[in-house]
Amino acid sequence: MEGFDIVKVSYVKELLLKNVREDGRKLMEFRQIKLATNIIDHAEGSAQIDLGATRVLAAVKLQVEEPMEDTPTQGNLMVSSELLPLAHADFEPGPPSPLSIELSRVVDRGIRAAETIDLSGLFIEEGKAWTAFIDLYVLNYNGNLFDASMMAAMAALASAKIPKYENGEGVYTERNEPLKINRLAASTTFAKVDKTILLDPNMHEENAASARVTIANDGTVVRAMQKGLGGSFSPKEIENLVDVSLSKYDELKKVIEQAAGK
Amino acid sequence: MADKSNRPQLIVDGKRLDGRDLNQLRPLKIEASVLKNADGSAYLEWGNNKVLAAVYGPKEAMPKHVQDPVKAIIKCKYSMAPFSSMGEHSRSGPNRRAIEISKVTREAFESVTMLHDYPASEIDIFIEILQSDGGTRAAGITAAAVAMASAGIHMKDLIYAVSFGKVGEDLILDLNMIEDNYSDCDMPTAVSPRNNDLVLVQMDGSLTREQLHKGLQMVLDAGKTISQVQKEALQRVYEGRENGNGV
Repeated sequence: MEGFDIVKVSYVKELLLKNVREDGRKLMEFRQIKLATNIIDHAEGSAQIDLGATRVLAAVKLQVEEPMEDTPTQGNLMVSSELLPLAHADFEPGPPSPLSIELSRVVDRGIRAAETIDLSGLFIEEGKAWTAFIDLYVLNYNGNLFDASMMAAMAALASAKIPKYENGEGVYTERNEPLKINRLAASTTFAKVDKTILLDPNMHEENAASARVTIANDGTVVRAMQKGLGGSFSPKEIENLVDVSLSKYDELKKVIEQAAGK
Repeated sequence: MADKSNRPQLIVDGKRLDGRDLNQLRPLKIEASVLKNADGSAYLEWGNNKVLAAVYGPKEAMPKHVQDPVKAIIKCKYSMAPFSSMGEHSRSGPNRRAIEISKVTREAFESVTMLHDYPASEIDIFIEILQSDGGTRAAGITAAAVAMASAGIHMKDLIYAVSFGKVGEDLILDLNMIEDNYSDCDMPTAVSPRNNDLVLVQMDGSLTREQLHKGLQMVLDAGKTISQVQKEALQRVYEGRENGNGV
């Protein structure tokens, strides 16, 4: 953090004493979401999200591989993320940081736990199955990478088409069959700044936060959770945030479906 | 999670495969101050898990550019020995899972350690899983808390961790490996028992609002036992010292 950001932290904290946010939002309100699909023609599915000034590009590639030994009749899912150096001055080139690994694993668990894609449906024939590679490219960082990445990944999957399979490999010029989506998951991330809890923290709010929690749900049940940063939540707080998370599902699902043309 | 279609029956007549009740912990044993070189350490056996935790520090944070002039930083490394799991020899070195667990464990300890007591310092936590049978991150945190305390690191509380999960509609506490593999949900949770604040929360699977509430209550109830075992381990070190047997 640079000097300017440290000043912003106290500014954010001072405002929140009056329940006011830097950008005028209500505590449990998302920033404006712009979500578009089919950004990368060469990918089987792709989506780009602008969550306020946070921008993430998600792309899905499908590749024929051998199924894993312990799941011979299933395809695979592999989520990776890149906190690109062009996205923020603090992001440096090099091997994935713990934050980057946490981000991809939390998105991975959200997709798996919600059974968004049916891995059995990715099985082709003995010894052959599709592996879905989801790459999350963070292009501009301004807080809440978790929800932005999850939504972009969901939209990329919902817009993906499976290549034709021929002679043991994918024919990438012929992609007609849509990837089957069972269930969309929506992710909500909350930050705790002093005693105040707010939804969809921007970068300054994240810098001011002592704790963060991401809750993914499918409109009915919680599918994945992850607490982050060196603070804590009480059990009661977590339970209340689950209620807020569930109440946001329809709104987020609609955004994803509209973007994917469903 | 493994393929559910070949899931063994995990609960029969209200008992689990290893004979436990749904809300019963596996046997837990902790010994504090087991390593001579470390500033603090603990050895833990929890069911079939065998875990060694060691703490070095506080010491001058290195390299210098990571120093925080007003407080200590915590570094944490969770790792599983290549021989720790049933089945094949695993590659050594941190994988993505280990890096994530190291991060969330570090954050759990940051929330209770009085970092401002140690400016420009670092505190290193090493967690080695020697034998694994489900719930190793919880076992690692529970052991590391004892190691931190035995190193004399100032903490607001002695944290513990345990997971709960779900099989069908039944909630179960302290999942072993096979339950972890086939359960419908797994929620590792670390708690600061002084005020029951949750310092680590992870979950995947499916859980209703009510199940979350019940599961957290199971964790808090079991926490009394876990905390007691932790405290007794620490007490034994000092009793040993009084008798001239301490390390």
